Amino acid sequence: MEDVIYNNLNYPIITWTVFLPVLGAIIVLLLRSATAIRWTSLIVTGLTFIISLPLLTGFDKTTHKMQFVEWHQWIPSWGINYFVGIDGISILFILLTTLLSILSVLVSWKAIANKAKEFHISILIMEAGMLGVFVSLDFFLFYIFWEAMLIPMFLLIGVWGGENRVYAAVKFFLYTLIGSVLMLVGIVVLYFTGGETLNILALSSEQYSLNLQFWLFLAFFAAFAVKVPMFPFHTWLPDAHTEAPTAGSVILAGVLLKMGAYGFLRFSMPMFPDATMMFLKPIMILSVIAIIYGALVCLAQKDLKRLIAYSSVSHMGFVTLGIFALNTQGVEGGILQMLNHGIITGALFLMIGIIYERTHTRKIADYGGFAGLVPWYAGFFIVLTFASIGLPGMNGFIGEFLIIFGAFRAKMVYGVLAATGIILGAGYMLWLYQRVFFEKADTERWATGDHKVWDLDMREIITLVPLIILIFWVGFYPEVFLSYMHTSVAHLLENINQTNYAGGDHLLTRLITGIF
Amino acid sequence: MIYTLIPLLPLLAFIINILFGRDYIRDKAHLIAVPAVAGSFLLSLVAFAGVLKGEVINVNVYSWIVSGDFNVSIGFLIDQLTAIMLMVVTSISTLIFIYSIGYMHGDKGYYRFFAYLSLFVFSMLILVMANNFLLLYFGWEAVGLCSYFLIGYWYEKKSAANAGKKAFIVNRFGDFGFGLGVILIFLTFGSLDYMTVFSGADSVLGQTINLFGYEVDTITLICLLLFCGAVGKSAQMPLHVWLPDAMEGPTPVSALIHAATMVTAGVFMVARSNPLFSLSATAMNTVAVVGGVTAIFAATIALVQKDIKRVIAYSTVSQLGYMFLALGVGAYSAGIFHLYTHAYFKALLFLGSGSVIHALHHAKHDDEQNMEKMGGLKKYMPVTYWVFIIATLSITGIPGLAGFFSKDEILWRAYLGGDLGKFLWFLGVAAAVLTAFYSWRLIYLTFHGSYRGDPEQEHHIHESPKVITVPLIILAVGAVAAGWVGIPPVILEHADRIGEFLAPVLGHPHGHGTHLEEWLVIAVSVAVAVIGWLVAMFMYIKKTDLPEKIASLFKPIYNLLFNKYWIDELYDKIFVQPVLKASDRIVLAFFDAKIIEGVVNGIPALIGGFSKKLRNVQTGFLSNYGLAMAIGALCIIGVFIFMR
Repeated sequence: MEDVIYNNLNYPIITWTVFLPVLGAIIVLLLRSATAIRWTSLIVTGLTFIISLPLLTGFDKTTHKMQFVEWHQWIPSWGINYFVGIDGISILFILLTTLLSILSVLVSWKAIANKAKEFHISILIMEAGMLGVFVSLDFFLFYIFWEAMLIPMFLLIGVWGGENRVYAAVKFFLYTLIGSVLMLVGIVVLYFTGGETLNILALSSEQYSLNLQFWLFLAFFAAFAVKVPMFPFHTWLPDAHTEAPTAGSVILAGVLLKMGAYGFLRFSMPMFPDATMMFLKPIMILSVIAIIYGALVCLAQKDLKRLIAYSSVSHMGFVTLGIFALNTQGVEGGILQMLNHGIITGALFLMIGIIYERTHTRKIADYGGFAGLVPWYAGFFIVLTFASIGLPGMNGFIGEFLIIFGAFRAKMVYGVLAATGIILGAGYMLWLYQRVFFEKADTERWATGDHKVWDLDMREIITLVPLIILIFWVGFYPEVFLSYMHTSVAHLLENINQTNYAGGDHLLTRLITGIF
Repeated sequence: MIYTLIPLLPLLAFIINILFGRDYIRDKAHLIAVPAVAGSFLLSLVAFAGVLKGEVINVNVYSWIVSGDFNVSIGFLIDQLTAIMLMVVTSISTLIFIYSIGYMHGDKGYYRFFAYLSLFVFSMLILVMANNFLLLYFGWEAVGLCSYFLIGYWYEKKSAANAGKKAFIVNRFGDFGFGLGVILIFLTFGSLDYMTVFSGADSVLGQTINLFGYEVDTITLICLLLFCGAVGKSAQMPLHVWLPDAMEGPTPVSALIHAATMVTAGVFMVARSNPLFSLSATAMNTVAVVGGVTAIFAATIALVQKDIKRVIAYSTVSQLGYMFLALGVGAYSAGIFHLYTHAYFKALLFLGSGSVIHALHHAKHDDEQNMEKMGGLKKYMPVTYWVFIIATLSITGIPGLAGFFSKDEILWRAYLGGDLGKFLWFLGVAAAVLTAFYSWRLIYLTFHGSYRGDPEQEHHIHESPKVITVPLIILAVGAVAAGWVGIPPVILEHADRIGEFLAPVLGHPHGHGTHLEEWLVIAVSVAVAVIGWLVAMFMYIKKTDLPEKIASLFKPIYNLLFNKYWIDELYDKIFVQPVLKASDRIVLAFFDAKIIEGVVNGIPALIGGFSKKLRNVQTGFLSNYGLAMAIGALCIIGVFIFMR
């Protein structure tokens, strides 16, 4: 058995965390009243968050080994086990997921009146699926969770979404499905070449031939690049984000987009280190393109939600750039930036949902002068704006700085190009802020009727405050969060740097000769 | 450490005012903010006294970012340079906070104003107290944030909202370079601590770095990147365009942020990094030339502006140019000396103009910043008039006043600076004539002659209240006496106290000249100051129709200057519009929507078409299926063999 640290708490903490939302979903299924459903959903997500907290306090930061591990035989004839655990790379995502799930429930309190039961079941199943992905150490289990997330998300967009919801949902579904299927092929091949096991840790310690690595990397890349999403696989994202209900957008931006980069860190890089080296350059180039391209598209957006959606393309470009810089600062910055993006963009989607509930418009041109109309809302929004721009003292800065530092160190030109993103970022965010909040407001329009605008209420403030606190916490004392990753990241990089890949391979040649 | 309270007190005031100002504190916001900043001032005095006794403090409070070998702390350094900056920042802040009580009285965002102003003081203090480059960068960006808030303070005005955004984005261009410079410093020295970096500076001398195929001197590259940041923050060419627009902010903001403190951050940063800059002649010459050219360039624009605050704004750009000129010729302490005297007389000019604007505003003047609609205010606002005169005497370099000593020191150091130095000295002298002219023009247009606004308003004009005039008087004392700490040896032996005080950090400037030369340089500066004054007097007191005539005679030149060389329009045409249009029409409408989406939506269409054809395969003949199966099986076997 691999070198892991078994769970030494007197209860299976990971299983509880992952399956409590499922239990919650079953309870919701039995309930009738919408109020009871909401409260149940809130309590369950809240409990899940509380249960997940001991992971933070009990975590041993000095080891890269999997911790809180649970292992049970499941389908022995196929070598499938129930095998879960966390390390410094996954732990923070678990907390992010459990936190954002609560906020998703809170923000949907009034917004979702139609089919509330089905909605909350979807959210809860979604939460379980996401948590499962981050803790699975068995490919079979992983794949089940990976696919299980897809369905509730598909429903969230397709049922509770905006006008174009069906198109967006189908597009989202097809994109991710195609990627996932290729990954499944990769998993099957791994199963047969890696000694007929689906144990992720065991498969990670195997050595694979360069050729096999190349093809497997591509297969996994298909799934992960779509999820990130990397340029040019990003066009599902603006549609999905824009059409999804607020809770859907928050989860999508906050957690789902992180799956791709997490996949690179958990699977692609440790299993296929030589192929990672081989694909380094194209991935870094695509990342830089994503940063600049995403920002430019943001400048041209006329739709509030679409703008934030495209800004995700730019921010996730930073993440992949950092991760593939393959040095400590880049990778740690990349992981931190994933959390940051979850916090900031999650919060921005919450904000947009909140104002949309009042104005029923997403057109930027319809806004203006909201700083006078809704000052507290404007105050929260400006904090998020500057966090997104990467102002020092807020979380975005720490992530972006480490990433640009790492990229600069890996290859100067990437760092320089990525840094242009900070200029463009300031451009589109401040312009957005000006168009929504500054200048004169159309006070009459927003005073009465079904687009009466009022400032944040207590429920909304409670939803936002945890994220604001996190923004400054990470900004002023990132070590609290970075310290969880240090050892695991060091271990990951150590493994990759042992690669004996000499370089000089031409990707296209390999691709073409491989196919024919 | 008690000195951490220096920045924390204003931060606390900010937090209290921003959270509770709107609902509870409202028009009492100054009761929180003024004591906080006054507290910082008192603590700064203590710190200054400590440094005078030779206590230099350098402490790390906690590790801020740790990642692999990268490690940077939140930590403070209080040495001679920081001590001077602390005094400038906190003393001027305190006066301007008090002034604002009167100036902003009755404004509906009163609490917000004091909150932002407090946040600014916090940020500026972090900037000057940092003991490493990343914390400096923190303060640097944070003052930019406050500047954004305060320029756009009256956000309902489109011009104000635009100006705030412009300031932030233009600064980001500079910060782009600054940030990369910080990264390069770490990669070169393995640390961002000032002490480690500066003490290791000599050891990397001559080291080069491959920049896109060219071997470049590392130190030069670092210095030029850092200087990019300074060019943005201190509004030097070609990034000066944001500062005049920043005058959209309330006048106390213009005085504090856009004259006395924040805009001098670039000067401070270069002076702070002097051990690096001194090692690169290329970087030094760049700094000096950018400074010298900006000094004269901005002064020419100031000659013809009609908005009282814009004249002073261009004057600020020009004076900042002087400071960079000084730094570039290695006279760091002269640069800091001018920074310090400038803070007083320029804050005074701004606050004085604020007093005028305030008075006209209360007289229901509809164009309260336009000097063409002023005139004859002397008799209504005597205090404002006299402090204005003092500030003007000081900035134009009339002997005995603060501006004279610092400006003279710069010109003398430039004169000693070799061939390039003579050229720079010439630029400086030429800018000095222009400075004298536009400064006196402002006075004559505003205070002399007869009132040119609506006569109805005239009896409503009166002197500003004490809360405004008392800070003006105190600043006026500064504008006179601030320079007495830096009297050159040729006039009085052992009286260059500030130069000696700063020497441990900034060193002594090089170059020596004869006493005769030095007296000549002084004589030339005084002469040009007087010439500029006399010309202004002639044109605006004696022959008041002359300016009009000259303007129409040299129409193209007048237009060029009045329109600020059309640089804003140029940037708009070559940067802003192309990027916006390209994003909209090429990137989004064509590439994203047509190409990528075209491929994505095209594939299903293709598959759809393909499956139609595929349907023909379903022939129903067993032999065809058999063949297909055989081929399929062969393929699968082939794949497996290939994989092994």
